[in-house]
Amino acid sequence: MPDIKTEEMLLNMGPQHPSTHGVFRVVIRTDGEMVLESESHIGYLHRCFEKVAENNTYIQVVPYTDRMDYLCAMANNLGYAQTVEKLMKLEVPERAQYIRVIVTELNRIASHLLAFGTYGMDIGAITPFLYAFRDREMILKIFEKLCGQRLNYSYVRVGGVTFDITEEILADIQRFCDYFEPDTIKEYNELLSYNGIFISRTAKVGVLPADLALSYGVTGPSLRGSGVKRDLRKDEPYSIYDRFEFDIPVGTGEMGALGDCWDRYMVRVLEMTESVKIIRQALADIPAGDFCDKKAFRGVKPPKGEVYHKIEGARGEVGFYIVSDGTTKPYRVKARGPSFCNISVLDALTSRGDCMVADMVAIIGSLDIVMGEVDR
Amino acid sequence: MGLERSEIHGILKEKFGDAVLEDHVEAAEPFVVIRPDAWEEIAFFCRDDQRLRFDLLSCLTGVDYPDRKVIELIYCLDSTPNRHWLVVKAALPRDNPRIASVESVWKTMDWHERETFDLLGVTFEGHHNLTRILCAEDWVGYPLRRDYVMPETYRGIKNVIY
Repeated sequence: MPDIKTEEMLLNMGPQHPSTHGVFRVVIRTDGEMVLESESHIGYLHRCFEKVAENNTYIQVVPYTDRMDYLCAMANNLGYAQTVEKLMKLEVPERAQYIRVIVTELNRIASHLLAFGTYGMDIGAITPFLYAFRDREMILKIFEKLCGQRLNYSYVRVGGVTFDITEEILADIQRFCDYFEPDTIKEYNELLSYNGIFISRTAKVGVLPADLALSYGVTGPSLRGSGVKRDLRKDEPYSIYDRFEFDIPVGTGEMGALGDCWDRYMVRVLEMTESVKIIRQALADIPAGDFCDKKAFRGVKPPKGEVYHKIEGARGEVGFYIVSDGTTKPYRVKARGPSFCNISVLDALTSRGDCMVADMVAIIGSLDIVMGEVDR
Repeated sequence: MGLERSEIHGILKEKFGDAVLEDHVEAAEPFVVIRPDAWEEIAFFCRDDQRLRFDLLSCLTGVDYPDRKVIELIYCLDSTPNRHWLVVKAALPRDNPRIASVESVWKTMDWHERETFDLLGVTFEGHHNLTRILCAEDWVGYPLRRDYVMPETYRGIKNVIY
């Protein structure tokens, strides 16, 4: 029998592909089932948020921040609002601080639930997705009751939050926490986390060493999956996070390799428990009082200056660099989206020669990107 | 815990002398201004020095100041082991903004520098693939320059401005 010749093939994955979680294109050079090299192309969703921000007032920018990471919009609102408050040296009422923590953590759970559900679906398990969306729906209902929106809240604003949180909504959140933890998370682990097929698809795949992750600016659960204990809520507590007790789950290499897809996935599942812990403490302590600084709501005019502020969003470090020239419009707003840096590591992970075409999907899913934030 | 900002600025001034042009430790966000041609050397030092260990470059921002005729680059450096933080600025001439690429120091700079090139037109010397990343490849102009005028059409398609 003559030797079988193989040829390299260029494969376009995306821009419209269900597993790229948005309009994202990767050009893959393959040899049979093996990926030799990949090259990411982004920018399909680019709308130059930063230019738009120059032409709007500080308050008008808030809805644009929603549309960056639309799965965890509360964290973006919070990051932006706190940056402007830092510029203005504005103190936010105590009650607003608690509301902010509660909604951000709830949103983090919602975001991780979506990551959990779609990741299962990427790998080929449809059922966990339905379970995750059932529970995510409860959170979205709460948000709808709170501010009328399901995704793009614009709820956290400079000076506080838009509406006060009612006793009824607080009771809803309490009910959700009791339902969700520990039973539902246990259910997830039985459904997906410790499923044999799922483990064999994700364990020892896309191993991301800690130094490579840091060099690429990877933050959030994707970095913690590599065993680096870095969480801005603990390291540089902003808002009132220093008042709560919670742990930072990190990857342990339980399934064979530290920093593999399974570790990154598991960090998100464990983080949901921690978020519930924070919400429970915040619900117990929430004081009465104002929910916003009324003066800041009427108009924002920070003094001349510039400042960088970062918070821990669901995907990592959400940072804003704002330059103010003393007018009602920002001179420059730079948004640092965690997904932008997290996805830049993809080419390095898939070009080492040990990645199969099917692993591409597993690796992209485990980085949990939102294209709205990558392209801004 | 890590070092105070003034200590970090002190280390840089001691090592690089007059390459550190300004030191604003009193600002709301303390920063140092460096001479652009010394940036690569400073970057390696910031990453490798045991006292500093800036292993994570959070953010690269470029700001256009037409009245001062400069484009200011702002590098936000973060250290995960030491938990401290540094902001480095470099002012480049607006008509020919060039600075050394530091993608060999922090890999994340590959995309960040491409973004700054794309939106502000800063050339990073030594970058292996300095092409547009967010805008279309044949886009004309640099949107984040203050005097940028949005084109009326793109490939014959009218831009609708609301």
